[in-house]
Amino acid sequence: MRSNAADFEVIAPQNLKDALAILDAERGVYTPLAGGTELMVAFGAGRLAARRLMSLHLLKELRFLDVTAERVTIGAGVTFTDLRRHPVISADFNLLSHAASWTGSIANQNRATLGGNIVNASPAADSPPALLVYDADVTMASADGMRTIPNSEFHVGYKKTALRPQELLLSIHLKRNYGSYVSYIRKVGTRNAQAISKVAMAGLARLNGQVIEDIRLAGASLRDVPARLPETERALLERSVAHESLADTIARSRASLASGPLAPAPISDIRSTAGYRAAVAANLIDEFLRLLARS
Amino acid sequence: MITIKFEVNGCDRSVITPPLKRLLDVLREDLGLHGAKEGCGEGECGSCAVLLNGELVNSCLLPVLQVDGAALVTIEGLADAQELHPIQQCFLEQGGAQCGICTPGMILATHHLLARNPHPSLEEIREGLAGNLCRCTGYTRIFHAVEAASRRIAESA
Repeated sequence: MRSNAADFEVIAPQNLKDALAILDAERGVYTPLAGGTELMVAFGAGRLAARRLMSLHLLKELRFLDVTAERVTIGAGVTFTDLRRHPVISADFNLLSHAASWTGSIANQNRATLGGNIVNASPAADSPPALLVYDADVTMASADGMRTIPNSEFHVGYKKTALRPQELLLSIHLKRNYGSYVSYIRKVGTRNAQAISKVAMAGLARLNGQVIEDIRLAGASLRDVPARLPETERALLERSVAHESLADTIARSRASLASGPLAPAPISDIRSTAGYRAAVAANLIDEFLRLLARS
Repeated sequence: MITIKFEVNGCDRSVITPPLKRLLDVLREDLGLHGAKEGCGEGECGSCAVLLNGELVNSCLLPVLQVDGAALVTIEGLADAQELHPIQQCFLEQGGAQCGICTPGMILATHHLLARNPHPSLEEIREGLAGNLCRCTGYTRIFHAVEAASRRIAESA
């Protein structure tokens, strides 16, 4: 059953200061609306619970991409198309441009924003695994000022975030530190284009010879939030991917995935089963380790 | 209700509408432009695609307040008076349209693709049209139509 548009109030502040003042004065009243590729689906299906929305489309302060020698700062209103077209994102953060390229269709990438993908807080979202392995930070703004936290602390539970009712996600920060790293990302869905993932895995590792000196792994749909796999990362640190050691290294990875408080705990839902997700996650990490062995 | 002013196919238009009304519904109900179709209504099929300031968008996911002041092109605005656009002509000649529901979106997605990449490879065509679903053609004739349109536009340039 379609929603009736006349039942919804939408305001569209002209600038960030006005938007934050309204969110501060009327806490929890307005739901932010960015590109609309999530909320308008709910609206079309008659299940958009929020009745009062704040459209962010006029806030130029959210749509910027700032590059310095040390870091890149991405405004929350930057679209996936903006990310795909940016030469520094493709060169230095190819995991993010890959994730952007398979986030919905081109028509959706032209509207959907990185900030919306993060704030929507789906455990299956495409960009968070890439942001997690790059150790991104996120900045939130309110009428009182700004605060910055690690992206890994932003998602606190299923569809729950650290964002307060009077705050907007302002920007995402990435350090340009990863020139010497080997990167890996793969999404497994029902179709190559615009399917929501069953499982996705991003990986980043630096080798000393054939020994893993640093490794970061992050997955989508493996827990109730997008998350790093710290136990597997620890199990793989200082391990070798040389021909004679690779089987043992893969066995350690698989053992770490099978148990432990921070091991993946995939759910069964409409898109896949827990067993399939766990098996595919292990296979994807194997694939990354074999890639490291060849690099 | 708010007043939205925008350019549609080169003409200034104005509508009085609830702000969250979907652009697709404004086009079809308020402006009588029935070319954009509702397929899935959730941004998966591309049959409602239009060009917003030159960028392909799904009009079923666009609240109309976000297009205030913008320039839109729908399938009705692509042909030049009585002459079909070369992309339309090539879809016709190559059998790239069957039932017609996906065709307006396919043609606008092709327009968006060729504007940025005049000579796409087959793989690039497949990616460029991946957000537009067709249940009739099996896609092969659509891809042939895009290749033909790419050649024809280059020849006429």
